[in-house]
Amino acid sequence: MKKIFGRPDGLTDTLLRYCPGCGHGIVHRIIGDLLVTLNIRERAVGIAPVGCSVFADEYFNCDMIQPPHGRGPAVSTGIKRSRPDCIVFSYQGDGDLAAIGTAEIIHAGARNENITIIFINNAIFGMTGGQLAPTTLPGMKSTTSVQGRDIEKQGYPIKVCELLSGLDGPYYLERCAVDTPKNIIKTEKAIKTAFKNQIDNKGFSMVEILSMCPTGWGKTPIQAKKWITDVMAQYYPLGVFCDRSKEEK
Amino acid sequence: MPEVKILEEVCKGCGLCCDSACPVDILILSPNRINSNGYHPAEVTDMEKCIGCGYCFKVCPEPAIEVYK
Repeated sequence: MKKIFGRPDGLTDTLLRYCPGCGHGIVHRIIGDLLVTLNIRERAVGIAPVGCSVFADEYFNCDMIQPPHGRGPAVSTGIKRSRPDCIVFSYQGDGDLAAIGTAEIIHAGARNENITIIFINNAIFGMTGGQLAPTTLPGMKSTTSVQGRDIEKQGYPIKVCELLSGLDGPYYLERCAVDTPKNIIKTEKAIKTAFKNQIDNKGFSMVEILSMCPTGWGKTPIQAKKWITDVMAQYYPLGVFCDRSKEEK
Repeated sequence: MPEVKILEEVCKGCGLCCDSACPVDILILSPNRINSNGYHPAEVTDMEKCIGCGYCFKVCPEPAIEVYK
C-alpha cells in the first residue's frame, strides 16, 4: 500500500487551529503540496497575514515572516529585491489585503513586482468576530451590519481582481473558490501558475480564493459551502482576469 | 484496493467530505464515536466501494484524511 494522498511535507505537524469547515486549511494544504512538488521549499519565504491565519508561520514548513497589518506586498517587495533567488509568497485575507493593505497591493501590482499573492476572500473579518469587511456582499449580515450591508451607508464591496485588472502592471490575476472538489483542483492549478510565474521571473501574480467562514457567517460548514456556490460566486465571478502570458505568444 | 484512513484526533467533524465530495457516498460523520476535542469524526461505511479518487482529501481542511492505494 502506497500513500497517494496525505499531509504534505510543506506543512508542519502542528494541528491547524481554525474552526471546523474553514477554507484556510484547504489553501494551506495546496500551498504545502506545491512547495514540495515545485521543489521550492528550501528557498521559499512566506508572509503571514494578520487575521485568523496569523499563525501561518507555525503551519508552513518554510521560512516565514510576520509584517504589520496589510503590509505583506511591501515586505514581499523588500525581500524579493534584496534576495531575488527567494520565492516570496504573501498569504493575506480580505481584511488584511482589501481594507488596510489596499495601497500596498495596488502599488505592488502597478510596479509588477515579481511576487505571488494568495488572497483569501471570505467576505468578513473572521478573527475579530465577524465585522463588515470591504468585501462583504450587499445585504449580507455581519456583527456591524445587523440589518445587512446597506449600500447607501456602507457603499459597494471592492472586487479586487477587477480593480487590479484595470492596471497595466499585473501579470496574472485569477479568482477561484474552494467550495467543490472541481473548484479546488482549479485553485491548485491557479496557485501553481502563480508560483511558476515567479520562478520564471514573469511578475506579479495574484490568486483570489473565495473561502468559507462558517463561524463568521453563522452557517454550518455545508451551508457555507453551498452559499459560496449559490451567492458569493455569482457576485464575485470566477475566472482569469489577466494573463499576460497569452499576449506574449 | 484503495483505502481511506481518517485521522480521528485531527478531524474536526465539519462534514465537508461527507456531503457531496465523495462520488460513491461512503463517508459519514460517526454517530457514536467522539474524539478528545469533542468532535464526531468522519468514518467510512463501506471501504469496498472506495475508488481512491482523493476528493475527500482535497476538500478536507485539516487535512485529516490519507488515501492509500
